[in-house]
Amino acid sequence: MDNIAGKKSALMWAVHISVALLVALWVFPTVGLFVSSFRTTDQITTSGWWNSMFPAEQTIQLRTGGADTATMVDGVYVIEGNLLTDEGGPGADAYISTFGVSSRDVAAFNAGDTAEFGDGETIFVGDDGAYIYKSPEEPSSRGQRVFVTAETPPDFTLGNYYNLLFKPGNSEGMAKAFVSTLTVVIPSTIIPILIAAFAAYALAWMDFPGRALLIAAIVALLVVPLQLSLIPLLKFHNGVGIGKGYLGVWLAHTGFGMPLAIYLLRNYMVGLPRDIIENAKVDGATDFQIFTKIILPLSFPALASFAIFQFLWTWNDLLVAKVFLIDPTQGTTVMTDQIVQLMGTRGGNWEILSTAAFISIAVPLMVFFAMQKYLVRGLLAGSVK
Amino acid sequence: MNPAVQALITIALGVSGCVGYFYFSNLVLDKFIFPARGTNAGRNINRANMVRPWLFLLPALLALGFYLAYPVFETFRLSLSERLPGGGSRFVGLKNYDRMLDEPKFWEAIKNNMLWLVVVPAASTALGLLVAQLTDRIRWGSIAKSMIFMPMAISFVGASVIFKLIYDTRPVDQDQIGVLNALWLKFDGGWGSTLMLRIVPVVLIVIFVVAALWFAWSLVRPVFSSREKSGGVLLSAVRLSIGVVALWLTWVSVGGIQSVLGTELTYGAPATWLTIKFYNNFFLMVVLVWIQTGFAMVILSAALRGIPEETIEAAIVDGANPFQIFFKIKVPQIMGTILVVWTTITITVLKVFDIVFAMTNGQWETQVLANYMYDKLFRAFDWGVGSAAAMVIMLLVSPILVWNVYNARKEMK
Repeated sequence: MDNIAGKKSALMWAVHISVALLVALWVFPTVGLFVSSFRTTDQITTSGWWNSMFPAEQTIQLRTGGADTATMVDGVYVIEGNLLTDEGGPGADAYISTFGVSSRDVAAFNAGDTAEFGDGETIFVGDDGAYIYKSPEEPSSRGQRVFVTAETPPDFTLGNYYNLLFKPGNSEGMAKAFVSTLTVVIPSTIIPILIAAFAAYALAWMDFPGRALLIAAIVALLVVPLQLSLIPLLKFHNGVGIGKGYLGVWLAHTGFGMPLAIYLLRNYMVGLPRDIIENAKVDGATDFQIFTKIILPLSFPALASFAIFQFLWTWNDLLVAKVFLIDPTQGTTVMTDQIVQLMGTRGGNWEILSTAAFISIAVPLMVFFAMQKYLVRGLLAGSVK
Repeated sequence: MNPAVQALITIALGVSGCVGYFYFSNLVLDKFIFPARGTNAGRNINRANMVRPWLFLLPALLALGFYLAYPVFETFRLSLSERLPGGGSRFVGLKNYDRMLDEPKFWEAIKNNMLWLVVVPAASTALGLLVAQLTDRIRWGSIAKSMIFMPMAISFVGASVIFKLIYDTRPVDQDQIGVLNALWLKFDGGWGSTLMLRIVPVVLIVIFVVAALWFAWSLVRPVFSSREKSGGVLLSAVRLSIGVVALWLTWVSVGGIQSVLGTELTYGAPATWLTIKFYNNFFLMVVLVWIQTGFAMVILSAALRGIPEETIEAAIVDGANPFQIFFKIKVPQIMGTILVVWTTITITVLKVFDIVFAMTNGQWETQVLANYMYDKLFRAFDWGVGSAAAMVIMLLVSPILVWNVYNARKEMK
């Protein structure tokens, strides 16, 4: 837009670079969690996740086979084997870059060289770990020490997800919490839409005294903190016997989502063309028919916007679930609450925490990327102008 | 019964119940109460049409009334009363408020909340505006925007886990797995450290102060100028109070510069970030800024697009440079939207609970009002003080509430 005059701004490069930096900064934290959830306990506790993308280099002390594995060839003892895959080795997918035979110089030789110990013994080590050890005297029974610098390629595992979601009898309870969350979210998303749509239609297209006042009240209720509702509603729920079960949460989410739902839908419906509605009225359609046959289908974008909002908000909610959904047997704990509990009890077990968090984040992220258009539209319509 | 089945039944019941209610209530109204036939047909139709809106509104009004409106008054009543041991309650006047004001934790929460209220909306809006402006001009802007927007989908709890991993601390002899400590240990007190830890922060603070003062001055100026219309006593008062806030911010920032330059840094030792008093508040705020920047960006980006092209063309023809175009042409035109974004984030900040609850639970002087209230209500079971704290949150929200209603009414006329 600023380049209307036709010259390419010299600032363009700076813009590209700063946007790239900002994006990297914003994505980095989430990527960290994502990568960590695919690492084993050992890997997480020994190195930062940013190192896991690259081959890890480690220097380890290994031993050749003992005297019992030696064979006599041409008058010298020969031991053959593989340092990497034999017992104690780091595994076949690693490879050796350098090795040494003395602790003073652990990287004295390159892989593929033959090293001499000084008293006639020699050892050849290939980069795949295969070695040939030759000695004129009988080798010690424990085998010869060799120091190798091995590079292990990046290694990721799905084990954390298996452990948290499918392993029978695991104590983290994420699978159950996932179901609880779904149970809370779906009714809490669908029912308010329906109720709000009717109300929004009345506020948009029906004329009655007090309409302006009602709309003002809804705008006011938009910003009322739900914190104020906790105690009175808890008392009310206990009073009428709903208690702290799913029904209470569904009702609470319906109530708390209502102002935004009505506000969004009304603003959208007001903008629908007047002609269609008046024509339908002339043709003898009732208000109910106009609403279900004309308004609802036309309002789909607004309905989708609010559905995404309400879905994200109920899925991600902690406070309402903590107050209105408490079950002494932990049968109804939602994922957010479960994660907070895990943070307390398994604070240092990052493989559990990161996996649990990612399980709960994954669904909203998918919804987000699939329906971003509607979310943006809803945000633009929903912020009070 | 399996909760999933229960949920399905609820959906079915809820949906069919709603549809049934609306359908049959309309039917009953039209066919039986005010039938559109006979001698009174015309009058009946009019009457039915007067009742119908309320049929459509009834469920929504019930939900709004019971779940939002009534609790405000009930909480107010609770904040003025005391629970009696055998059940029931007694009016005690302002005693709960008195007790609350005596608690140091309450004042800590208020102090931190003020800090949150200044830093988070300011940082989110400024960053959002920056990203919106930068991505507006490049081809891969929409991808960049959706990446920065992404944290909006992540729960506060999820974000807390993400940032706890960043702030994680390991003993000094082990590899650090938290990014912040890994970076921190790279500093050794040489000139690089001086540059990054002293000079850059000071420059950032100075930029912040200049921006705040410029912003405040552009708002306050009309009050003193006779040429420009300042628009009423109330608006002048708002403008002046923003000016006062800006001066206070400047004062705080000068203190900040002093502490940045004066603090002894212990290089080479990993820090437990969330226990460093005062600064840990900022580490928590980062989480919310990270989430809210996307929101600000989306709204401001739409506003930037809506600026009439001619104004910018005219500025280019007059030889304005990109910075002048941005600050003198674009920003003034979207000031209204900036205000909307600011107030929306302010409300989010006032309600913020999950982040503090999950990351520190108010320890190490990070308490905020919403978490203080939760603490009182559900751990101390002190409903009086808890309700009083809730009323304080309501009080802080109400100016925005009035402003929103005022604007909405103005727009509808």
